[in-house]
Amino acid sequence: MNDIRIEECISRYRDVPGGLLPMLHSIQHALGYVPADAVPAIATAINRSRAEVHGVLSFYHDFRETPPARHTVQICVSEACQANGADALKAHAEASLGVAVGHSSGGDVALEPVYCLGNCACGPSVRIGDAVHARVDADQFDALMAAMRQEA
Amino acid sequence: MTLSLYISGDTTARALGADALVAVLEVQAAAADVPLNIIRSGSRGAFWLEPMLEMDWQGKRIGIGELMASDAEGLLATLLDNPESHPNYLGEVAELPWFANQHRLTFARAGEGDPIDLNTYRALGGLQGLERALSLTPDAVVEEITDSGLRGRGGAAFPAGIKWRTVLGAEADQKYIVCNADEGDSGTFADRLLMESDPFQLLEGMAIAGIAVGATQGYIYLRSEYPRAQLMLNEAIDAARLAGVLGERVLGSDKSFDIEVRLGAGAYICGEETALLDSLEGKRGMVRAKPPLPALEGLFGKPTVVNNVLTLAAASTVLAEGAAAYQAHGTGRSRGTLTVQLAGNIARGGLIEVPYGISLREIVFDWGGGTRSGRPVRAIQVGGPLGAYLPEAQWDLPLDYEAFAQAGAMLGHGGVVVFDDTIDMAAQARFAMAFCVAESCGKCTPCRMGSIRGVEVIDKLVANPADTAQKILLEDLCDTMEHGSLCAMGGLTPSPVRSALRYFPEDFGLAAEAS
Repeated sequence: MNDIRIEECISRYRDVPGGLLPMLHSIQHALGYVPADAVPAIATAINRSRAEVHGVLSFYHDFRETPPARHTVQICVSEACQANGADALKAHAEASLGVAVGHSSGGDVALEPVYCLGNCACGPSVRIGDAVHARVDADQFDALMAAMRQEA
Repeated sequence: MTLSLYISGDTTARALGADALVAVLEVQAAAADVPLNIIRSGSRGAFWLEPMLEMDWQGKRIGIGELMASDAEGLLATLLDNPESHPNYLGEVAELPWFANQHRLTFARAGEGDPIDLNTYRALGGLQGLERALSLTPDAVVEEITDSGLRGRGGAAFPAGIKWRTVLGAEADQKYIVCNADEGDSGTFADRLLMESDPFQLLEGMAIAGIAVGATQGYIYLRSEYPRAQLMLNEAIDAARLAGVLGERVLGSDKSFDIEVRLGAGAYICGEETALLDSLEGKRGMVRAKPPLPALEGLFGKPTVVNNVLTLAAASTVLAEGAAAYQAHGTGRSRGTLTVQLAGNIARGGLIEVPYGISLREIVFDWGGGTRSGRPVRAIQVGGPLGAYLPEAQWDLPLDYEAFAQAGAMLGHGGVVVFDDTIDMAAQARFAMAFCVAESCGKCTPCRMGSIRGVEVIDKLVANPADTAQKILLEDLCDTMEHGSLCAMGGLTPSPVRSALRYFPEDFGLAAEAS
């Protein structure tokens, strides 16, 4: 393991009760993902088996074990957004970006499904970074993508 | 004189453009050299009016709704001159029928002022419940909760007083208060709104619970999809610690209580209380078999109160106003108020707080104004992804736990998702199964495997409705999941499936049943 940031995250949470999730969040926050070679170090630090740590890492949708795309765009696919055309938005997003929802491996933009952003009265909802966008139609989606690329 | 304006800083208002509105007003104020103070209040929950601007005008708190930054040219001048002349002028906010006909207890403060200013909270009646709890014996505090009739608001509606009593009676060196803020049900946002609009109320309720049962540490398990709520909670906790509301010697007493926010990681199942506890312990969010009850062996094996955000928040109201006052709201065994979240295809969506017993039709049409698309309402899903889809014949059901249970539906966390006539109910049934595939913890077979088979069977049924064996198989599978699953995830996934099949058979290519 070659990243000092991983070591920092481990030492920060190793003695916190139930600290594995905060630890994984902090590693992912620092690196964008939790690399496979971090698993043995985490396991040793918290006295759990590598299988257990991998089990936790792979259980939760949030954690990823490969580097993320340059931009990640989450589209809510839950019922309340479906009622407002989330399926059509998803189809538009996939067609316009040329990537399928949920099948990212690096690249420029990744589309992720998300089950509810708590913006259910004003769907369809999209999350980019920590910002949620409401009532997103095809035109607004294109505008969001253009703005996202310009910012980066 | 400084012009003070209130604009919500909650997720939905921001998602609709509240930040851009603030930026435009600040530019206008700088250009006109007008001292401007914009208070990022919480939202009152009228999301159909957001972004909404409020200000004090001639002794009244008035509002201007649906204010987009793109239409804000000359806005500041209008506000200074005569806000009533604005085309979107709403009048006095509290007098709007949408608000005036509500019964606000838990959300009384939401939208009034800066959510993380403790002085504002105190001025609006906050901390009275905690002060009273500190003057009572733990036993008397639990008694108040029991007498109030408060039931868990997360969906299961278990009496809170019984849970607290069990934890109070348990002998242990350490006990915990865990707040379930993993509000994963689509169509629900009441927890989020409370945490973003009035976070101190949750902290106060948790402190009351801690004092009542003898717990010194609380955890808020918050879903990672709520970054704004995380920010607001952490700022509120810092402010509460600084003011001596949390930490050692709560409000100068000899009790100590502290709270930490823990972030989930995108797993719906962690809203189930035992999976949540496993997740808090740093494990996979796997459902535990009960017994042992979390009240006796909960977090890290210690006696633990696990309550939903709204349940804990309501505890502060119960203590402040007394059990009898709280009990006076509601009907039958459903006491207090019900927070309904109007979601999906709805013209006037948002959160309303109403007495139990009101009908679904009233809230969807009187408050909600029907669909946003203007098309006829076809189905209403109540109680989240595990709730039934209700056809028009069921819309006169009174909203209380028992009436819904009798009709084979559930009120759950009060999410009401409206669909217009373009919805394909066979696709919704399939989605319910697919959602269970994605979100099952995998511990029990009926849920883990049943949901996979469920998707397949629905596909076969829709492909060939004449194959009656598939419908029988689906019913059978639903029986197995309902009765054989360890928790509500597998146990209730059949609910949306069966209601779709029963009430909307034509979408599966089936003829309506005689019943």
